[in-house]
Amino acid sequence: MVGITSYGGYIPRYRLNRMIIVQNMAWLLPPMMAVAQGEKSVANWDEDALTMAVAAGYDCMTGRDRKALDGIYLASTTLPYVDRLNSGIVATALNVPEEGVTNADFCSSQKAGVTACISALQAVGSGEKNNVLVMASDQRCTKMATMYEMFLGDGAAALLFGKDDVIAEVMGSFSLTCDFVDHYKGRGKEYDYTWEERWVRDEGYVKIIPKAISGYLKKTGMDLSSFDKVIFPCYFKREHMNISKKLGLDLSKVQDNMHEVCGDTGVAHPLVMLISALQEAKPGDKILMASFGQGCDVIGFEVTDKIKDFKGPKGIKGSLENRAELDSYQRYAKFRELIVADLGLRGETYGNTALTTLWRKRKVILGLVGGKCTKCGTPQFVPQDICVNPKCKAIHSLEDYEFSCRTGKILTYTGDMLAASIDPPAIYGLITFDEGGRMFCDFTDCLLEQVKVGRKIKMSFRRKKKDNIRGYHGYFWKAVPQVEQ
Amino acid sequence: MATGIRDKVAIIGMGCTRFGERWESGAEELMVEAYEECLNDAGIDKDKIEAAWFGVAAEEVNVGKSALPASIALRLANIPVTRVENFCATGTEAFRGATYAVASGAYDIALAIGVEKLKETGYGGLPDFGMAGSYGLHSFWFPNMTAPGCFAMLGSAYSERYKVEMGELKKAMAHVSSKSHANGILNPKAHMRKAVTEDKILNAPMIAYPLGLFDCCGVSDGSAAAIVTTPEIAKSLGKKDFITVKALQISLSNGEEMQYNEWDGAHIVTTTKASAKAYEEAGIKNPREEISMMEVHDCFSITELVTMEDLHISERGNACKDIMDGFYDLDGKIPCQTDGGLKCFGHPIGASGLRMLYEMYLQLHGRAGERQLKDPKIGLTHNLGGFPMMNVCSVAIIGKHDA
Repeated sequence: MVGITSYGGYIPRYRLNRMIIVQNMAWLLPPMMAVAQGEKSVANWDEDALTMAVAAGYDCMTGRDRKALDGIYLASTTLPYVDRLNSGIVATALNVPEEGVTNADFCSSQKAGVTACISALQAVGSGEKNNVLVMASDQRCTKMATMYEMFLGDGAAALLFGKDDVIAEVMGSFSLTCDFVDHYKGRGKEYDYTWEERWVRDEGYVKIIPKAISGYLKKTGMDLSSFDKVIFPCYFKREHMNISKKLGLDLSKVQDNMHEVCGDTGVAHPLVMLISALQEAKPGDKILMASFGQGCDVIGFEVTDKIKDFKGPKGIKGSLENRAELDSYQRYAKFRELIVADLGLRGETYGNTALTTLWRKRKVILGLVGGKCTKCGTPQFVPQDICVNPKCKAIHSLEDYEFSCRTGKILTYTGDMLAASIDPPAIYGLITFDEGGRMFCDFTDCLLEQVKVGRKIKMSFRRKKKDNIRGYHGYFWKAVPQVEQ
Repeated sequence: MATGIRDKVAIIGMGCTRFGERWESGAEELMVEAYEECLNDAGIDKDKIEAAWFGVAAEEVNVGKSALPASIALRLANIPVTRVENFCATGTEAFRGATYAVASGAYDIALAIGVEKLKETGYGGLPDFGMAGSYGLHSFWFPNMTAPGCFAMLGSAYSERYKVEMGELKKAMAHVSSKSHANGILNPKAHMRKAVTEDKILNAPMIAYPLGLFDCCGVSDGSAAAIVTTPEIAKSLGKKDFITVKALQISLSNGEEMQYNEWDGAHIVTTTKASAKAYEEAGIKNPREEISMMEVHDCFSITELVTMEDLHISERGNACKDIMDGFYDLDGKIPCQTDGGLKCFGHPIGASGLRMLYEMYLQLHGRAGERQLKDPKIGLTHNLGGFPMMNVCSVAIIGKHDA
């Protein structure tokens, strides 16, 4: 049996109420008021498609052996690198073995997430691969005062495909590819170029998605009425319903497009919706997932008995629950570099980045792999050739020790107004891990008044450096104080 | 068996510029200003200087590499000149180099000079020299930090460790700063010479929680210098009440604070080590009774506060009480920062250690003007470079040759 063996989700903590956008920008685009329901998810300033994919990937692999992965597929249209394997960065962050694993980026279309899933199920189905982790993530930049600014949210999803302990069996797939250009983003462009909404709706979503679903039903000989949930993205809420009617679907069987809770998360969205459905599903449920973007990919699933005992990942549901309101449009605009605010001369001191050091220390930097002394048992970060325990100081005694999933507590901290920061104060401090080891690091996703000595932390993979001169994006880990506890 | 440095080297001349935003002067002019005073004070001919040690820390934002900037600015006579750098202990390291050179017998007379021209960066605060070179592993993982932020962390940890309410701790920190400002008013070479009330300090804008603006020292340009020789030569030059070096100690972190599980975040490991060794070297049994005065590294008020404990003068957890009791005030038992400290002088890194020694030297000679203490015998200076969790500490003790 081939299918989904785990899922993981990540919706960034910050949510922007759409009325805040309206209050700030509707003077320029009054029609935006029509879609101002609820809130959209906003990646923090140190997050991007890559970091969110890592978060979803870790969630998906909760309680599972990352060493057993033999495929890492990453789908997104907003990855930081055009020529550097983004899924390779994710794999290093997940501390997945380098040998015997196939990594690939699936890009250039909003349907890339589901395409990656089809590739994964084919790889597993053919017996070539055993455990393929698919991550889909998007953090699409939108211009101010556009409908896209209202519709789009940020988020990521991950699905693990395998043969053992399948929670949702794959019931075939179908692909339709056509060069329908509802929007495009040319090389070197920051923002999408979009065509008239009415045409996109009437000639695009309303025709292409039903056509692909029909193709799937014909190919598999299944009947749409046998499906309990049908998933397809469409950020126009009304058209979402119209497509459903056109398909002859009972509206209760249509998975909500999540406009009110996070917005359309781009390449990730079909997977985000699927995981939301899986988190409510019961054994025997049949779920159909379709995408949209220069065609449509469709996959059918049947939920198995294993779903009853499935636990571990927070999924989309848990991730949505971890929320904080971003109460300022200006902060949102600064996070997305929509406005030019001065960082000060202190912010200019970045040089280039030593790719030599990055290569030697890739596990330490991207994977947060420290060391544990084989002589005295002391976990430590950064790992060095001589053990830090003053009573030990053994030479060449450390073995790899992952800190990425470990919890800890704050020993001391500050909120620094002098440091050049997108979102001052820069909050950082010294943390001690519950099982030993300590680390001096940045804190994120918190306010200074929420930080206290002794407060619990978890680690999160974040963008540490953005070198706009050289197009370099650097990543490392930060501590997230656990505010709800 | 090593016998230490005690009384093996005499200081026969010192000089120090006015510290401040010296827009009109470069590092070269500042060095000459300190050197000229130092030479005149020593009363020796320029050509008697046989070797020199030159301290500058943030060379990338002022003089550049090597000791040539000092050799050329001072027109030294093709003698050996060595540049040293060890964070905020740089000035003291230059002094240590010259002192050890004389003690070894390699040279009769040596010069130590330190300078820093910090006001060429275009922004406030110290330059981010730790991160400017982005090639080491640190640059990939260290947080986006500054000096005030790192030292501020001492405050968060101290408050928790000793259960001192942050409000009470802030009051003691405010007293540390207001005391130094009061001393700085009396010093014509200080950068900042205005009284600042504790209320004003407590209500200042936050720089890095819990440090407000007046909890932070200034940023200044400056230079200071010393000429050292042996006690025998000092006598032969007709110096009667000369000053000798009693102790010189340096201690460096080895990563334990930041990477091992024991440090409490509320004290400085290296200061406890360097000061204990310095007392031993100087033959001091009870520093609280025997030290006459101190110039410590008050880069931030909280640093001075915990340093009082790390120097084994205030009991652990008791610094706030001693501070509020006026123990370290100009009229207290051990006056601290008699010249105004980094608080009023700012911190031109390469010069600071020598500037501190200069104040002790003036006090020991009875030349400290309005802030002169009554008959001091032993003075201690202390520098702390880097950050609480990873630093370089120096402790120097000097005194009257017969003390």
